[in-house]
Amino acid sequence: MKLKVLYFARLRERLGVAEEAVELPDGMGMVAMLLDVLRARGGVWAEQLAAGKNFRVAVNQDMAGMEAPIEDGDEVAIFPPVTGG
Amino acid sequence: MKILVDEKDFDAGAEIAALRAGNPHIGAVASFVGLVRDTNAGSTVASMTLEHYPAMTRRALEAIVAEAGRRWALLDVTVIHRVGELRPSDQIVLVAVASGHRADAFAACEFIMDYLKTQAPFWKKEQTPAGARWVEQRATDEQAAARWAE
Repeated sequence: MKLKVLYFARLRERLGVAEEAVELPDGMGMVAMLLDVLRARGGVWAEQLAAGKNFRVAVNQDMAGMEAPIEDGDEVAIFPPVTGG
Repeated sequence: MKILVDEKDFDAGAEIAALRAGNPHIGAVASFVGLVRDTNAGSTVASMTLEHYPAMTRRALEAIVAEAGRRWALLDVTVIHRVGELRPSDQIVLVAVASGHRADAFAACEFIMDYLKTQAPFWKKEQTPAGARWVEQRATDEQAAARWAE
C-alpha cells in the first residue's frame, strides 16, 4: 500500500524532506508499523523517530496514536508537539 | 462561527463588533489576543515565523470550537490565527466567544486557547541573536489542556 507522508517544522528540517510517498507491504496497517519502516532507514530517521522522542502523528488530518489504522492512500503527517497560540 | 488562518493582521475590535452584530441574545463576549513577545527563554526575539499544516489546521480548529460548543452555551465564536513572519508586538491569535452569560464565555475562551495550543498544528520558529530556534512545547501547556478533561 502507498501512503503520502508529510513532515513539519523541526522534523521537516532534521529529516530534510517535507513530503514523500512511502510504500508499505500489504497488511502493515498501523501507525507504529510505518514508524518502524522509517526508523529502519537508520541515521537521522532512527534518531529523530526513536520511541522515546517527542513527536505527534496525524492520519488524514486527525491526531492519531501508535495503534491507529492506516490504509492505502492515507495522508500521514509526523511533526513535533505544536506551539501555536 | 468564523475560523480564519491568514498571514494578514486582524482588527480585534472590528471582529468583536461583527461577532455580536444583530444578535440580541448575546449578553457577554470574552476575548483573548496573543502577541509576539520580544523575549523568550532568556533570549531576545527579533522575529518569529509561524508554520502550519494547511489541510489539518482548519479542521483542528473547527473540532476545538465544536467541542467548546458541546460544553458551554455559546452563541458564536471567532478564531483567527496568523501564520508567516511576525515581529514583537504583532498579534498572533484572536479567540472571541459570545454567549448569554459571562461564565460560559470566559470558560469557553480559555478552553479554546488551551486546546489550540496543544491540538492545532502550528509551530513557531524564533530568530534570536544566537540564531534560529524552534519553540518547544511547554509542559504547562499540556497541563493547562489536561485540566479540562472530562
